[in-house]
Amino acid sequence: MTGLRVDIREKRFPAVAGGPERVIYRDFALEVASGAILMLLAPSGLGKTTLLNIIAGLDRDFIGSVRLDAAPGGRGRSRLSYAFQSPRLLPWRTVEENVALPLGEGDAARGAARAMLDAVGLLEQAGAYPERLSLGQQRRVALARAFVIEPDLLLMDEPFVSLDEAGAARLRDLLRRLLAVHPATVIFVTHDSREAVELGTRIVRLDGPPARIVKDIAINLDAAARRAAPGEALRAELAAP
Amino acid sequence: MKLSEAADGAEHGTDRGGTGRRRGRLAFTLFSLLLLLALWFLAARLIASPVLPGPEAVARAFWRASLTGVLPASLAITLARVVASFLIAMVIGAAVGILLGRSPGLDRLFGPWLIMLLNLPALVIIILCYVWFGLTEAAAITAVAINKIPNVAVTLREGAASLSRDLDEMAQVFRFGPLRTLRHVVLPQLSPFFAAAARSGLALTWKIVLVVELLGRSNGVGFELQTAFQLFDVATVLAYALAFTVVVQIIELALIEPWERRANRWRR
Ligand SMILES: Nc1ncnc2c1ncn2[C@@H]1O[C@H](COP(=O)(O)OP(=O)(O)O)[C@@H](O)[C@H]1O
Ligand SMILES: [Mg+2]
Repeated sequence: MTGLRVDIREKRFPAVAGGPERVIYRDFALEVASGAILMLLAPSGLGKTTLLNIIAGLDRDFIGSVRLDAAPGGRGRSRLSYAFQSPRLLPWRTVEENVALPLGEGDAARGAARAMLDAVGLLEQAGAYPERLSLGQQRRVALARAFVIEPDLLLMDEPFVSLDEAGAARLRDLLRRLLAVHPATVIFVTHDSREAVELGTRIVRLDGPPARIVKDIAINLDAAARRAAPGEALRAELAAP
Repeated sequence: MKLSEAADGAEHGTDRGGTGRRRGRLAFTLFSLLLLLALWFLAARLIASPVLPGPEAVARAFWRASLTGVLPASLAITLARVVASFLIAMVIGAAVGILLGRSPGLDRLFGPWLIMLLNLPALVIIILCYVWFGLTEAAAITAVAINKIPNVAVTLREGAASLSRDLDEMAQVFRFGPLRTLRHVVLPQLSPFFAAAARSGLALTWKIVLVVELLGRSNGVGFELQTAFQLFDVATVLAYALAFTVVVQIIELALIEPWERRANRWRR
């Protein structure tokens, strides 16, 4: 697990196809404690994916800094994993190869991949190609790939979107079980306040543009309370202006 | 979209259909070729001139050249030249194409060179190579490769420019490194473009190899064709031409098509 601090003096996208230039972030700061499950709640188009890309080092075109704490136990650089908004699996590699590749190409990597696939309930599909799977199964493969490297920091970008409610609930359940076995600091982007209340230890709501923090709430409830009245109260508080 | 757990295992039942269709197409191709043979036979009978020998005269010429060992030896030499220049052209052309496809700056600088090279007549390249490097084997193979490189480069440039940015980012986040990224992310996306370049490449290469042999080599199919031409021996010309066409077709069917099928295994 690892904590982090993001400071964005400014992030803007240049004008495209006649549209105006857009300032996505200005003087934005976010600190995340080690072990937190931070739910990031914001309307679409505000800059959630942009923020995750900046943290992941995929987008370096901004003024500011991202600081990850050193990994615990002297493991050196802390490990980062990312579950993208779409599964982003390699369609020409089997499910097992997709999960193994972040580790390497040896037998050890394959062994670890099979163990992860077992954990997400897809061991039987290990030899199949991703496009043969349903979207829900593909998302589970992406989850297995995200966890197989035992990340210190896990970024998730609306990872359960476009599933029906039962499917999304099952995946949330799976995520909770995986995190219990492989603890990690999580930044989870969603637009669904119910999902945020059900999973998070902290919820940050953004508004803008440019994006700024309008709500920052810590949650200390057990699973049952999250689904009952206390959870409802939290959602009401989140929705309040 | 809905999460449906039963969407897998739809594998069976498609393959047999595919094989059956392939066999049907093969039978029809055979019929089409036999029709051509019959027309040729009739035309040769009607015209009755030594400049249009019939199939049986070509078969005799083929048999004669095979018995002396000249025809198989020529085929082997020419095939070796085709393979050498083809491989060189594929490697260099792919490297250039991928580089230009990934770097718009380089493409702006060198793209026009590619267009120029693409439009330079094959004959000019061959003459220049022979003049500059002498009438050598290396010059011959270089000339053929240079003719083919711009085609490969243009095709692969298109492929490299259309690489998925999403998958690139995925490989970056999971620290694939350059080798694993090339092997598992980049090359599979380029394989249709490699196949297209290889198909058009094989045909182009062997046609140019014949010209190169005719102009500056003392063996190979091109050289034998020149000799036959000087004797006005049309039957031998056709015997060599048909024999080599068959060889190229076999390469296409036995190597390129199975490789393409393997590379496309993952498609639904
Ligand atoms: N590469 C880009 N070039 C220009 N504009 C972009 C680019 N990527 C995102 N944007 C714009 O920036 C805004 C924030 O995008 P994003 O972070 O994807 O939003 P979301 O909160 O929905 O994830 C959007 O309005 C989007 O149109
Ligand atoms: Mg987004």
